[in-house]
Amino acid sequence: MTKVTMTVNGKAVSKEVSGNTLMTEFLRDELRLTGTHVGCDTSQCGACVIHVDGKSVKACTMFAAEAQGAAVTTIEGMANADGSLSVIQQAFQDHHGLQCGFCTPGMVMTAATLLKENPTPSEHEIRDYLEGNICRCTGYHNIVKAIMAASGQDVSGIAAE
Amino acid sequence: MYSFEIESPTSVADAVAALGQEEAQALGGGQTLIPSLKARLASPAVLVSLKNIDEIKGVSSDGGTVTIGGGTTHATVAEEVADSYPALSALAGNIGDPAVRNRGTIGGSLANNDPSACYPAAALASGATIVTNTREIAADDYFQGMFTTALEEGEIITSVRLPVPEKAAYVKFEQPASRFALVGVFVAKFADGVRVAVTGASEEGVFRWTEAEEALSGNFSADALSGLSVPADGMIGDLHGSGEYRAHLVAVLTKRAVAAAG
Amino acid sequence: MPKDHGIGAAQKRREDVRFLTGAGRYTDDISAYGQTYCVFLRSDVAHGTINSIDTSDAEAMPGVVRIFTGKDFEGIGGLPCGWQVTDKHGEPMKEPGHPVLAQGKVRHVGDPFAAVVADSLEEARNAAEAIVYDIEELPAVVDMKAALAEGATKVHDDLSDNLCYDWHLGSDQAAIDEAFANAAHVTTLELINNRLVANPMEPRVALGEYNRANDESTLYTTSQNPHVIRLLMGAFVLGIPEHKLRVVAPDVGGGFGTKIFHYAEEAFVTFASRQINRPVKWTSTRSEAFMSDAHGRDHVTKIELALDADNNFIGLRTDTLANMGAYLSTFSSSVPTWLHGTLMAGNYKTPAIQVNVRAVFTNTVPVDAYRGAGRPEATFQLERLVDKAARELGVDPIALRRQNFIESFPYATPVAVEYDTGDYVATMDKLEEMIDRPGFEARRKESEAKGKLRGLGINCYIEACGIAPSNLVGQLGARAGLYDAATVRVNATGSISVMVGAHSHGQGHETAFPQVVAEMLGIDESMIDIVHGDSSKIPFGMGTYGSRSLAVCGSAMVRATEKIINKAKKIAGHLLEASDADIELKDGKFTVAGTDKSVAWGDVTLAAYVPHNYPLEDIEPGLEETAFYDPSNFTYPSGAYACEVEVDPETGRVTIESFAAADDFGNVVNPMIVEGQVHGGIGQGIGQALLESCIYDENGQLLSASYMDYAMPRAEDVPFYKVDHSCVTPCTHNPLGVKGCGEAGAIGSPPAVVNAVIDALASGGFNVEHIDMPVSPHRVWKAMQG
Repeated sequence: MTKVTMTVNGKAVSKEVSGNTLMTEFLRDELRLTGTHVGCDTSQCGACVIHVDGKSVKACTMFAAEAQGAAVTTIEGMANADGSLSVIQQAFQDHHGLQCGFCTPGMVMTAATLLKENPTPSEHEIRDYLEGNICRCTGYHNIVKAIMAASGQDVSGIAAE
Repeated sequence: MYSFEIESPTSVADAVAALGQEEAQALGGGQTLIPSLKARLASPAVLVSLKNIDEIKGVSSDGGTVTIGGGTTHATVAEEVADSYPALSALAGNIGDPAVRNRGTIGGSLANNDPSACYPAAALASGATIVTNTREIAADDYFQGMFTTALEEGEIITSVRLPVPEKAAYVKFEQPASRFALVGVFVAKFADGVRVAVTGASEEGVFRWTEAEEALSGNFSADALSGLSVPADGMIGDLHGSGEYRAHLVAVLTKRAVAAAG
Repeated sequence: MPKDHGIGAAQKRREDVRFLTGAGRYTDDISAYGQTYCVFLRSDVAHGTINSIDTSDAEAMPGVVRIFTGKDFEGIGGLPCGWQVTDKHGEPMKEPGHPVLAQGKVRHVGDPFAAVVADSLEEARNAAEAIVYDIEELPAVVDMKAALAEGATKVHDDLSDNLCYDWHLGSDQAAIDEAFANAAHVTTLELINNRLVANPMEPRVALGEYNRANDESTLYTTSQNPHVIRLLMGAFVLGIPEHKLRVVAPDVGGGFGTKIFHYAEEAFVTFASRQINRPVKWTSTRSEAFMSDAHGRDHVTKIELALDADNNFIGLRTDTLANMGAYLSTFSSSVPTWLHGTLMAGNYKTPAIQVNVRAVFTNTVPVDAYRGAGRPEATFQLERLVDKAARELGVDPIALRRQNFIESFPYATPVAVEYDTGDYVATMDKLEEMIDRPGFEARRKESEAKGKLRGLGINCYIEACGIAPSNLVGQLGARAGLYDAATVRVNATGSISVMVGAHSHGQGHETAFPQVVAEMLGIDESMIDIVHGDSSKIPFGMGTYGSRSLAVCGSAMVRATEKIINKAKKIAGHLLEASDADIELKDGKFTVAGTDKSVAWGDVTLAAYVPHNYPLEDIEPGLEETAFYDPSNFTYPSGAYACEVEVDPETGRVTIESFAAADDFGNVVNPMIVEGQVHGGIGQGIGQALLESCIYDENGQLLSASYMDYAMPRAEDVPFYKVDHSCVTPCTHNPLGVKGCGEAGAIGSPPAVVNAVIDALASGGFNVEHIDMPVSPHRVWKAMQG
């Protein structure tokens, strides 16, 4: 067992973990932050994406021990301070960018780092950046649209006749 | 996963010492190793994380060579060599997905030598030198077949030195499921000749297509490749494409890489 | 102005807030005090005899609570099939046993034959590896034709062969023979509808909890239909009466059919938790899902169309082999028959149609309903065939379709169903408007200038949804009724809880259903909540699948709300001292017709629960009503779809350049949700057409066993879709006039994609008749090599 100390959503956390504890297990089982989901075992679906020191990372493919000293943000830490939905979250609701909700946390976390790196991404850039996030419900249409809208782009003409 | 401990040394020397323990294994970015641990395909007693070793991270550029620390992530490579080696930057920026690129490292990729990985093609085509804690290995000697390299047990890739070509491009045709390279071709034109490295295609792992290299060294244009093909024998055949198809793609993608290199 | 409230308003989904903040509560998010973890030991061979299983070493390992094998389930029921198909000779289908844990033999890779229950997941996995077993591998049957060959290895020793049933439907032999004898042209096509894995992003999870104090079991499970699971598991498998069994399906991360069925793992955790008196949890890994979730599709078909000299369709016959896998999953037998054969008329007035289906057992994972279930298979065959006919005859594929459209309704097909309404001309007109067909040649030239081949593919579809009239499906072999139920509970202060049998796992019922009730009562949606997914809270409804929720459960909700209105009017009449016949309900107010005398909604609801001034001699206090609704027919959504592709002739890679869908769903409650359903269906249809394929090798090993080899569609594989649902022919037999929209996209899109690829290749001089799905780069390249 190793002691790890990190901040999660701005709160200091210190726990004993075993070497093989994945970040997903640490968040879900130890901290009861169940918004980070596990949808595959080959690091492809992206339902588990979190931010570690500001960068998107697949929590299923990182050990908790590797987050020693890190600042971690999960979907539970993405709303505004007053609890209202952040711009990205609100855009997902406004544009119906989610259905069953299972991939949604990872989509929001990935969208957040995309917009940090590229504040007004094109449709192609968004689709490319979502390579590691699989959604089975939406056909991606409204996810891409929501991210464009969250970046302040006009989406009213998308796929119009 | 089986149980194991994780150690996180902060120097190469400490890492080498840690790897000397019974059943110790190095952990780079973990993007390949962790899924295989989840599937219980490996059972190390100790994982030695290389993440905290600053001396093997970072990128420098000097006199026509870029040197990349073995612990440098794909995302950092993509960013740092954008000006000095654009073809390598584009390759690094298109490995896996953004989250994978934030964890996976060049050293990890080269040590694993997955037959469908991108970096081996860049290293081989660039005529790179793989620098470890004990020695320097020329890329031509380093890659020894699928998942096999010249690395000894406990040897750590500390950096990779890549001569920067005059012109270069990497073209990847993705396997539809994994999005790894079904075939990827890296073409690099140097003053003294052209090197062409192919990943994804061969049962022997990354390889140089010498016939194309010779043709392109005389005339660096897609036309120079017309009529050339690699034999389908020894090419990987699987769900996603036969050996014949992969051999065909090698020729198509090499032409495209030459065209892209300009 | 678009509506803000009620039916037709594109209201934002209220459930989104919890999903967007990580506050959703999926089954794996639930942990019970004292919970144990379960790991299944699954067969790694496709077919084998279990000679021995030695658990003694494993039992001694740390944390192990108990290990179970098939022996523990002797005398306990097997997993039932919910639909008994009668074959063409009047005999019932063959129905092999399906034990919870394999007994004697394993029959597919992934067939569970032992299970470890331990204090932690890691301990359970360690112990599972320590179980010593001797399974003698037997020859496996994988290919359906081989499985039917004389002397083939039998999947089930107690059956005479691997044929589950030989079924037919439609016109008599003489009528078919005559049509083909009189044909001026016959178009023939042999094709495969590729085997798929549904892959909802949330893997299945089951948590069983037993309360010894009242002998009650609770199963938390990733299900689309908790009451169905309670009935099947309680009555047929474990023998637990309904009142001692509660099934909860909380937030569920997508279903697409594969979470309809009753699975062994659900029965196991419920059984085991009673045995050890501790909660037992199982969480599927994705790799496990590939070999334990029921698969979909997997038909091999020969289809023939007879046309007269004027290109009218005069006859159609099909011969299909349908893979059942190793056991009959819950609704497996109905998919290739009543959900497939009945749709073979499509949108066309073909007078003679005969459908032949042989269902086959193989040593593969059971196959059952996946989004569309039978209807995508029907649509794909027919719409590929019609396209091929147009190409052979040198006629326009849209004109050929238009010429043969059914145009008067109701229309009784030769394959046992009656379409109540539709307008196939209107949706095709709409589609042509959407796709700028006249501009296609210019776009094709642009593609050619880039070295690409461009193709346009068109198709129509019809589906039967709103499943289903109980008396009809009962005659056809269904072992359950397929009504649904809703309870409208009006509280004293006027707020409302609606308990529904439908289950929402992405469909947005929590938003759309209140829109209906709000419209009827003239009150705000915020006063209404939907309760679903818990058998202890909701009436006995049959759940969500087959695009049925609004058409069937929504109709029950309407009926229950009508009862509420009738009773509320009586109370209002009493309060207003008027006859209830004179009371009108508008904008949440009860008014005496022609007067300004009124009483508010809340006054009436309060009077119902505080009946101080109340007609107690005439009516009971309270305001809560339940209705069951059994539809009198299926609903028949229809539409026309178009796809433009580019093919890279050097690599064979296909890219989707545009996709358009013109649907007729009848009336629409929430257009935003409806469009989202169509987008998602198209995404899955493109996945089937271009990417997805579940592949076994000849020994029954599953080759596409993870996302490394099973190609899921990703954002970059699809375009923005143009969708339209402005063509409306309301359903004639349900109170909302709705038809259902959940499956249309998946049914309607694959033929458009493949037709477009064939068209693109033809433009490059490649005369390719057909490419089986997925139309992968490798397959396209191979087809181009001739």
